[in-house]
Amino acid sequence: MSPLAKTLEIRTSPHVLSGHAVDTIMFNVVLALLPASAFAVWAFGLAGLLTLTVAVLSCVATEWWMCRLSRRVSTVADWSAVITGLLYGLTLPPTLPLWMTALGGFLAIAAGKWLFGGLGYNAFNPALVGRALLQASFPVAMTTWSAGFLPDRFRAVPAVLWTPPFLEPVLDATTGATPLAAWKFERVAASARDLAFGFTSGSTGETSALLILFGGAYLVARNMMNWRIPVALLLTVGAISGVLHAVDPTRYASAPFMLLAGGLALGATFMATDMVASPMTSLGCVIYGVLIGALVIVIRTWGGMPEGVMYAILLGNAVSPQIDALIRPRVYGTRRARTS
Amino acid sequence: MGLLGLKTFRHGVHPPEHKTETSALAIRQFPFADPLVVPLSQHLGKPAVPIVREGQEVARGQCIARPDGFVSVAMHSPASGIVRKIALAPGGGGRMIPSVFIQPFPGSTQEVAEGKPCPVDADPDAIVAAIQAAGVVGLGGAAFPTHVKLKIPEGKHVDTLIINGVECEPYLTTDHRVMLQQRDDIYEGIRYLLRVCGAQRAIIGVEANKPDAAEHLRQGLPADLPAEVAVLRVKYPQGAEKMLITALLGREVPSGGLPLDVHAICVNVATTAEIGRLLPRGRGIHERVITITGPAVAKKGNYRIPIGTPLRYLLEQAGVTGDVSRVFLGGPMMGQAASTLDQPITKGTSGVVAFDEPSAQRSARPVYPCIRCAYCVDACPIFLDPSTLGALARNGEYDRMAKEFHLMDCFECGSCSFVCPSHIPLVQQFRVAKAAVRKAGAPK
Repeated sequence: MSPLAKTLEIRTSPHVLSGHAVDTIMFNVVLALLPASAFAVWAFGLAGLLTLTVAVLSCVATEWWMCRLSRRVSTVADWSAVITGLLYGLTLPPTLPLWMTALGGFLAIAAGKWLFGGLGYNAFNPALVGRALLQASFPVAMTTWSAGFLPDRFRAVPAVLWTPPFLEPVLDATTGATPLAAWKFERVAASARDLAFGFTSGSTGETSALLILFGGAYLVARNMMNWRIPVALLLTVGAISGVLHAVDPTRYASAPFMLLAGGLALGATFMATDMVASPMTSLGCVIYGVLIGALVIVIRTWGGMPEGVMYAILLGNAVSPQIDALIRPRVYGTRRARTS
Repeated sequence: MGLLGLKTFRHGVHPPEHKTETSALAIRQFPFADPLVVPLSQHLGKPAVPIVREGQEVARGQCIARPDGFVSVAMHSPASGIVRKIALAPGGGGRMIPSVFIQPFPGSTQEVAEGKPCPVDADPDAIVAAIQAAGVVGLGGAAFPTHVKLKIPEGKHVDTLIINGVECEPYLTTDHRVMLQQRDDIYEGIRYLLRVCGAQRAIIGVEANKPDAAEHLRQGLPADLPAEVAVLRVKYPQGAEKMLITALLGREVPSGGLPLDVHAICVNVATTAEIGRLLPRGRGIHERVITITGPAVAKKGNYRIPIGTPLRYLLEQAGVTGDVSRVFLGGPMMGQAASTLDQPITKGTSGVVAFDEPSAQRSARPVYPCIRCAYCVDACPIFLDPSTLGALARNGEYDRMAKEFHLMDCFECGSCSFVCPSHIPLVQQFRVAKAAVRKAGAPK
């Protein structure tokens, strides 16, 4: 039979595609998170490893279950639940009881993602939704931090991780205030060098700002992240805190401290940039970044909590649709952009 | 101005080019198929009216159908032979189109019947009539009758004639070869066009991936021809009229308007070459240059092929490897998939690209929900919001798409679908939506 006898496949143009696919983008985000995750394990040992593992597994398992419940094509293989799990795990204190970690992972996917309709419909970053719900439920456990680089971190798992559900967690490990809390309550500023390299206490993966930014740079180079969001966000935080510090150095922390401490690097790079929950136009992304940056300063400086990145990003997520509705590029050949 | 100081437009995409596979291959003559099937409607506008009857002998190049009104062009016989029948034959998009079936004489020569020449210093109206009589349409793919856009209405004027040698579609190299091999025809065509539209100057736009063509055209420019060659940064869809005008002149064609509104006229370079080649000898378009290429084609190349050559004959002659799974006419970004191999080459066919990959390879790509990555927003050359338009299309809110989101400005370049990582068939959704809006009575 001639090769031309075969039936032709008819499709509409374009007949070639760029090759970018949702799962390749998501997989690359996972890759970009690996350096920070590896550092988390190195800094916090078995506690870090267990926290991240349970976070990822609970998210992926919930995703699988939700796909089954909704009778949709399974989205487990698209890596998006792994990202949520990793990001969520990286924001947790390394001494959080594992049952809480698992509960938060379930909430991140179930309430943060599937309540809104699953992949592509989450109005908020699911990882932060999970963390916010945990913070509201277990404020003490979520703000108890152990110091990193304990000598026996690879030999023993802190007993607090195995706390049975609904029992009061008992800390046996050395606890330490995070740099932001130390500043807020005692006016002690950690050195920028320690902050940049991650030799401070804090959530599992937020401590090494440099490794986080390195992962972000990789995604920007692959055109898988809108660089305008982290740049606008970090510049805003740097600028405002720089001005405040110049006005009164005893009351306001310096710009390098504000930029490198806490969850800002992780949040600005990997969470504010959640494609679904951030604006689509370039100008919109800049506005969104500036807004979150300003909120971070406001919450950290004048709010009751030492850290404000999570709520700042969630608030930014909330107004992202409005930013998109207001900022519409002018369509070619029309006088000015029409707003609805 | 863009990077490297080369002109371009904003947004757009960079599909893999695949042009080097055929760009060095000189144009060769393609043999006559039996029968040749010449559709009477190969252009936008009214179909031509046949002036031959079944059983009549025709000469190669002889006019076989006359234009029906102003927005219509003549047809010419691609070979010397006998008119077997005038009947319906498969055309693009699965439609059946009245066509003239011509059986070439055995050993039919390449000799061409010639008509009344139209000199370059003729009256502009006479040139417009001659272009219509020569059956000239946009050879870049749109197949819009060229003489229609050359007829400048009262009160309008043109200052720049743009010759489109961009050829931004991947795989295609016909315009590239025409620029290398028909330089003098192009210059002659520019003279005709300048005289008709009254522009003071002509700019030949060529993308930077064809430096040899740009250099060749530049070197031969006659001193008395007010023309220049502009090299553009490589980007799809720069060959689209609006994008090219913006890239070269910095002017924006108004929404719903014509290039004429910004005092420009855009003519494809192969169309220009045909005008310059045909008019001095009173000939008509009965063949055209196409690229036959794609992973499934054995003898890739550029051919001067008789209009009406069926795809099956074309692929048999060019040779195919493996199972041909998909064949499309034109480039892969905007070209149409052939529904049957009985479909003939028409004046608007700039290339034939055949693929042989297992169909599983394509259907394995699942459609994900939109993740609002904004790749499409950054790709759309006219600054639409394809993501939102796609969401509205899913809900059938066609009216809102047109009124609030400028749906009707979409010219279906396919950049949004090309970049979409969720594989949402955006441009197809927009085609459907546009058709629905037009049917409901187009809003302004």
